[in-house]
Amino acid sequence: MIRTGLLVSLFLLSFAGCDTKRDSPVQTRRGPGTPAYGDAFVTGSIGEPSTLIPILASDSASHDVAGFVFNGLVKYDKDLNMVGDLAESWDISADGLVITFHLRKGVKWHDGADFTSHDVLYTYRVTIDPATPTAYAEDFKQVKEVSAVDAHTVRVMYKTIFAPALASWGTAILPAHLLEGKDITKSELSRKPVGTGPYVFTEWIAGQKVTLESFKDYFEGQPYISRIVYRIIPDNSTMYMELKAGGVDMMGLSPVQYARQTDTADFSARFNKYRYPASAYTYLGYNLRNPLFSDKRVRQAITSAIDKEEIIHGVLVGMGQVAKGPYKPGTWAWNPDIKDFDYNPKRALQLLAEAGWTKKNGDGILVKEGRSFSFTILTNQGNDARLKAAQIIQQRLKQVGIEVKIRVIEWASFITNFIDKRDFEAILLGWTLGQDPDIFDVWHSSKTGKKELNFIGYKNEELDRLIVAGRGTFDQEERKRCYWRIQEILAEDQPYTFLYVPDALPAVSARFRGIEPAPLGLMYNFIKWYVPKGEQVY
Amino acid sequence: MLRYLVKRLLTLFPLLIGITLITFTVIHLAPGAPVEMQLDMSPKVSAESRERLRKFYGLDKPLHVQYISWLGKLAKLDFGRSFSPDNRPVMDKIKERIPVTLSINVIALILEFCLAIPIGIFAATHRDTVIDKGITVFVFLGFAVPTFWLALLLMYFFGVKLNWLPISGLHSLGEGRLSVLWWLWDLAKHLVMPVAVGTFGSLAGLSRYMRSSMLEVVRQDYITTARAKGLSERVVIYRHALRNALLPVITMLGFSLPGLIGGSVIFETIYAIPGMGQLFYQGVMGRDYPLIMGILVIGAFLTLIGNLLADISYALADPRIRHGQGQGQ
Repeated sequence: MIRTGLLVSLFLLSFAGCDTKRDSPVQTRRGPGTPAYGDAFVTGSIGEPSTLIPILASDSASHDVAGFVFNGLVKYDKDLNMVGDLAESWDISADGLVITFHLRKGVKWHDGADFTSHDVLYTYRVTIDPATPTAYAEDFKQVKEVSAVDAHTVRVMYKTIFAPALASWGTAILPAHLLEGKDITKSELSRKPVGTGPYVFTEWIAGQKVTLESFKDYFEGQPYISRIVYRIIPDNSTMYMELKAGGVDMMGLSPVQYARQTDTADFSARFNKYRYPASAYTYLGYNLRNPLFSDKRVRQAITSAIDKEEIIHGVLVGMGQVAKGPYKPGTWAWNPDIKDFDYNPKRALQLLAEAGWTKKNGDGILVKEGRSFSFTILTNQGNDARLKAAQIIQQRLKQVGIEVKIRVIEWASFITNFIDKRDFEAILLGWTLGQDPDIFDVWHSSKTGKKELNFIGYKNEELDRLIVAGRGTFDQEERKRCYWRIQEILAEDQPYTFLYVPDALPAVSARFRGIEPAPLGLMYNFIKWYVPKGEQVY
Repeated sequence: MLRYLVKRLLTLFPLLIGITLITFTVIHLAPGAPVEMQLDMSPKVSAESRERLRKFYGLDKPLHVQYISWLGKLAKLDFGRSFSPDNRPVMDKIKERIPVTLSINVIALILEFCLAIPIGIFAATHRDTVIDKGITVFVFLGFAVPTFWLALLLMYFFGVKLNWLPISGLHSLGEGRLSVLWWLWDLAKHLVMPVAVGTFGSLAGLSRYMRSSMLEVVRQDYITTARAKGLSERVVIYRHALRNALLPVITMLGFSLPGLIGGSVIFETIYAIPGMGQLFYQGVMGRDYPLIMGILVIGAFLTLIGNLLADISYALADPRIRHGQGQGQ
């Protein structure tokens, strides 16, 4: 299985993130029809969910399915603004330390019980309970106290102002009446979840499929599509053939599939293709402890010697865009004015000369103080795009006199033997991005310890200050100022060469109407999707 | 005989423990631990929650303590709970996968024998003719062609182009509403391609074995005698030669028995069949130690039992082994 850096965001929809300006979806050739109840939406999942109790799961398949069964207190709307979900509204105290949630009244669990503030309290307690094997306790680390004012009001007190705090309440609220006093790890709810969400769990056949049925009493109204079926199809080529044969209704296409293999009239008549930037980026990271990369002019030179457009063309058939920082283009935290180092080999040579790399040896490799400029790029096995990107970089750097070797290593060994031991020169990897722009864990200088994610060892005092300031206020304008400045610093320092942001390329059966791509992606308004009566298949 | 049996049974235990000790050590030597496989590269995870998970799975204890506690559970036939986030009993996970793999393998095995034996006989009786060479090319093609490639070609042709067969999985959606006959028909349609691909790949070995065994037998004096008597070629081959030529092939059947619960990762993945191969592969990728150990123990146990059964049947068939044992005592 292909592993990227898994940044488990709150709303792990597989097709989250969308920029409508850039590439409008292929127009639907069929008319809108009339909304009707019925039909099923069949989608494929490469992996099988592990558990449908979201706080115990760390894989995206589990979160995808559970996302239809559970709700959080808050969620992101299509334009990435925070809105209420199970909470109707909330107030933040003047000092920013107390958040009061006013819960929706009349919400029912799928088994008919009432949803109350007690469920919220239980979810908080079980998440921070040291006996619960969850990866999400960290979300609530800044919380001082949670209390229920009444059955529909919850008050949360924080030790410090913490901007991502609000988003952390998007975590799935669990049914206290079914779990309290029991061992959550042995609960049958992990295979038969009961939530408040738009879909009710019906069936899970191990290794084959998970079926959900629409919830008639859902508080935002009954969804049009009656059933959702997650088929477990571990192979991508098989999934593609299932799509063509009508066995699945939606899948994320690969760039080649999108650009070359689905260009037929038959495919366009049966499917709508969408294209927008994915919430992820790929980068070349330097081990800054290595004297070779300690001079920022050297890192700037490497970036100047790399043609990012060429990589996007060669690796993604053009289905992506140049990355210049750790944010997704089009989001509020993204700074559009960043100029880093465009492809310019002459400038690269000049920068290298300034850093003292002036002589070349017999093979045309730069030499300084008896050491030739040669390093190894490590990347993980099973990700062809990364390997190809590394090869293109290898060619380009050779032209300015830098020798690059490439090593591909199996994921577990890559982490244990190289990343954890900080035993690497350069790495080619990717990050997926959450909705909140806080980047403390990857870039703050305090995060260079064992198993921590600033593994390149980047330290910059101004950046540290800005990161802390950015998470220390709820004022979006002020946060924006911090993150825009952060991107300027990173563009100047080049601790990573940010390479590209790939496009998400989903194809959805044309019988589904009501799909409105938005910055949040496609799936956010799934309960409004419908199939006109005459076109229903299942 | 009884004594021999008891002795053999008793040696099984130290053997089994030895096998588990070695595998337990080896899988713990592989880089990465269950906790890391779940949490690596996730910024939400602090050192504290990592430690929490390690403790939960008992990974904070020394290796020998982990092994002994695992062995203690095994003695009570408890394989423990999976280290994946679902934390289900390993036995449940294996139980829901075995029927699928077992039935596909049994069908494929029966087909393999039904096809390979006639092919082998035919090739032997038409030795060195164009047909023999053609058959050789055909069966080796099956042996050499990468399974995934052939599987994808068939899928594209029969599934996408002709739309005759379902592409993957075991059942169509909504099979719950169908009658039993429909259910079976539906299942059969889903199994055609995986079984065909599996069988095609394994024809070479058995049919070549059959062919050479047959050629061996027809050189024997009693076949010459049979021919000299003026029996028709048909009777010579099918009545006289075949019986003896089949004996070694039957042994092959014995050898393939432990393999029945092992699934092929490649075609189970391509055809989305939830069998043992996929389960084991996921277990290995996730460093799910109890699951890996559980599957390996079952495999080791079946192999040992298979060997024992083979030895017993030899002993029954061959008086020298029985008597040899008796004299030694």
